[in-house]
Amino acid sequence: MAKAKSVKAVSAGRIGENVRSDCHVQLTILNKGGISIDLRSKVESMYGNSIRSLIKEVLEMLGILNATVAIEDRGAVPFVMAARLEAAAKRALPELKESFLPKTKTVLKKNAIDRLRRTRLYLPGNEPHYFLNAGLHKPDCVILDLEDSVAPAEKDTARILVRNALTSVIFGNAERMVRINQFPLGIKDLQAVIPYNVETVLIPKCESAAHVREVEEEIKKICAQHNIRRTVFLLPIIESALGVERGFEIATASTSTCALAIGLEDYTADIGVERTKEGKESLFARSAVINAAKAAGIQALDSVFSDVNDDTGLKHSVLEAKGIGFEGKGCIHPRQIKIIHDAFSPTSSEVEYAQRVIAASNEAQKSGSGVVALGSKMIDPPVVKRANRILSLAKLQSGEQKDYVK
Amino acid sequence: MSNKTSQKFVKNAVGRFVPEIVNGVRMIPFKGINKYVPQGQIASPPVRSCINYPADGNKIVRNLKEALKKSGLKSGMTISTHHHLRNGDGLTNVLFDTIKEMGVKNIRWFPSASFPVHDYLIKYLEDGTIHHIEGSMNGPLGRFASEGNMKGTGVLRSHGGRYRAIQDGEVHIDIAVIAAPCADFFGNANGVQGKSACGPLGFALGDSEYADKVIVVTDTLVEFPCVPWHIQGNNVDYVVEVDSLGDPSKIVSGTTQVTKSPDRILIAEYVARFVEEAGIMRDGFSFQAGAGGINLAFLLSLKERMKSKNIKARFIRGGSTRYLTEMLEGGLADYILDGQAFDMAGVQSLRDNPHHVNTSPFTSYNFHGKGNFASMLDVVVLGATEVDIHFNANVVTHSDGYLLHGIGGWQDCLFGQCTILAIPSFRDRVPIIVDRVTTLCAPGEMIDVVITERGIAINPLRQDLLSKVSKSTLPIREIRDTQNEVYEICGGKPDQPNISNSDVVSVVQWVDGTTIDAIHRIEK
Repeated sequence: MAKAKSVKAVSAGRIGENVRSDCHVQLTILNKGGISIDLRSKVESMYGNSIRSLIKEVLEMLGILNATVAIEDRGAVPFVMAARLEAAAKRALPELKESFLPKTKTVLKKNAIDRLRRTRLYLPGNEPHYFLNAGLHKPDCVILDLEDSVAPAEKDTARILVRNALTSVIFGNAERMVRINQFPLGIKDLQAVIPYNVETVLIPKCESAAHVREVEEEIKKICAQHNIRRTVFLLPIIESALGVERGFEIATASTSTCALAIGLEDYTADIGVERTKEGKESLFARSAVINAAKAAGIQALDSVFSDVNDDTGLKHSVLEAKGIGFEGKGCIHPRQIKIIHDAFSPTSSEVEYAQRVIAASNEAQKSGSGVVALGSKMIDPPVVKRANRILSLAKLQSGEQKDYVK
Repeated sequence: MSNKTSQKFVKNAVGRFVPEIVNGVRMIPFKGINKYVPQGQIASPPVRSCINYPADGNKIVRNLKEALKKSGLKSGMTISTHHHLRNGDGLTNVLFDTIKEMGVKNIRWFPSASFPVHDYLIKYLEDGTIHHIEGSMNGPLGRFASEGNMKGTGVLRSHGGRYRAIQDGEVHIDIAVIAAPCADFFGNANGVQGKSACGPLGFALGDSEYADKVIVVTDTLVEFPCVPWHIQGNNVDYVVEVDSLGDPSKIVSGTTQVTKSPDRILIAEYVARFVEEAGIMRDGFSFQAGAGGINLAFLLSLKERMKSKNIKARFIRGGSTRYLTEMLEGGLADYILDGQAFDMAGVQSLRDNPHHVNTSPFTSYNFHGKGNFASMLDVVVLGATEVDIHFNANVVTHSDGYLLHGIGGWQDCLFGQCTILAIPSFRDRVPIIVDRVTTLCAPGEMIDVVITERGIAINPLRQDLLSKVSKSTLPIREIRDTQNEVYEICGGKPDQPNISNSDVVSVVQWVDGTTIDAIHRIEK
């Protein structure tokens, strides 16, 4: 095993009155004396014994035989506590290669590149409290974020925490996304998470096709190492004027790219204006991203709406986004999910029209005619495709997702 | 007052071992729902005659000490207080300062509930001024009692059970001290006027009628008559005027806040959808509402559903808040039958709106009444600290065995037509859906539906409810299923708290006065 150079306490995790579902670990690696544990926990009487055996198990797996561990626990579930302890150990022993992986509970179904992505819920990567119930709010996608929501000093701990969350948390039917940091930090992110049920990788501040390919290559390398055959999708986020200019190049850089998203906080900063609710300043960029995505045959996804308390504003913003061609919106709070889904759901006249188109299309197929007509109007194949999409969206909306529970 | 609670236990009808002698008094082990029918006569205070009271109606005495002296305060007596001033109560602590000063010991304190502000009284439990508490014990007070530091054994009763105990003589109140936000010199009093306005005074009603001596303490003395009189001066012995009853900002909040927690909002949404889809939400229905975070969010969702279906409730039982008064004013309910007001809007509405009616545990919960309102409710939404896979529920202790809450009106409300517990399935690694509750406060047959963020469990005894929502897309699942998932998240089955097998720190009564469970001392 690796040896610590000196007896020095290292720590990881979070501490404080308002911290929930998390813990703070202080680890001092010693040369003798075995493991001693000083545990202060809200759940001592219920899980004290189980916490102590977990700590021993993790340390043994990491090859640490002599250490004192002081834990201030505020209700961290096992995968969180294991992540905090491993992070502290890796801070003490930077060369440490071993990891402690919780048993995985996730079996991935085959992901569809054109699945619905109306909502993608951002989960700050170092705040486990938000992970556990995220799937219950039924977002189409969850994003475990290692980038902007994680402080630079905590990138290492968040990476381990997110890896463990990917093995342990049931996110329902949500697509499992991770937003990585810029390379070279992003390479470490990918190495940590790709083997553990990541369906889609978000590439922030994307400005070129080369950037997309670089990430794709790295993922391919990791997949080969771990014998992973499924495709990990890519979702570049365009957040700069240059990115907007190169939208089509970015959208077509890889066949694994499932959508283009726009990030307006950075974009408006880049062009030197303030971001407004009505968004006149970004209309060009948003339309450009939509056009690039559609030209490449992939989805276009809008930025987040930042005012969590403005439900009406959010609804208008989604309707506007839908009106110009976006198919999804970012969320920073679960309460935004239902509002966004409702606003993206087809109107009754849209559904009625779609039903007529499909009926006409079925009729044409039955009669062997290559031409679909609705009344006196000819219907092109893309219109039929859109009608199908509207109907499946409407069905999904009315079904209220019973199957998500288990 | 006897110290003795027996350390021999008998197994009651829900399989819990309870002492038969509590503080030297024989208590009957729980026999099952509606199995025990008390007999005998309603208790009564001594005969009193108007000629012994001032003909001019002026019962004012100089101060509280004088009133206690005139009331014949002595060691071993039972003193009652009410909790309408909540955490803003400044009177109860002063009351016990005065009792201490008078050198009186071994008081049985019989509050309708206690609040964190009463942690101050721990020193009087330590020095023997207070023998024990029969009423809720929470926070540090609960910790003190749970660790076995109280001289006597606590008795926890529901609001209806408290009224029952007064009426059947199980608890005889020697002196009732009633904090009154507004009163006249005769003793007529209400809670809707004055700087310490708190809403109804119903929790003090039984005390005023059955205690030997009744002292009204007010910080707003008005000229006779004080109208309305929630407490009748004809029951009052002495009136004391003080500068302040407490901290008005902690008596009622300016406004009550709906939860922002997405998980709790989700639970509230499920509750409202269930109430609608099970057909409970129909014209003329009734429901109970509280002020907890989930409850308020439920109200908001229900309100929108009622509006869109054009449905009006006949009555709502509060705990009033501005959310309830807005429904009354918006024509979504004919009446609010109010037991306590949680915010200023509730207080004002009770004062000004004739359709917002003052009620008490006598009307709403009393076991010895010829019926009560709680059982007539179409639906009640309540919380709990734990629920087990047989729907048995705990509302008084935390899973670590410590006292956490009083029973309040919780047991009484379980007699409603459909009882829903709306609770998270776990809180910060503490499973709430468990395989055995730490303290059993209600048998599972009384609980119809358990709604968590992970789904809705319907008691198999309620096949009628199950069939009503069989077509629904609501996440209906078995409670055992949810419990398994919760254990999986939290890291397995939790260990049982380390508690004494012998020492009982408090018993929990069922509404009929039988003992449903015992709470044991925590071994530190």
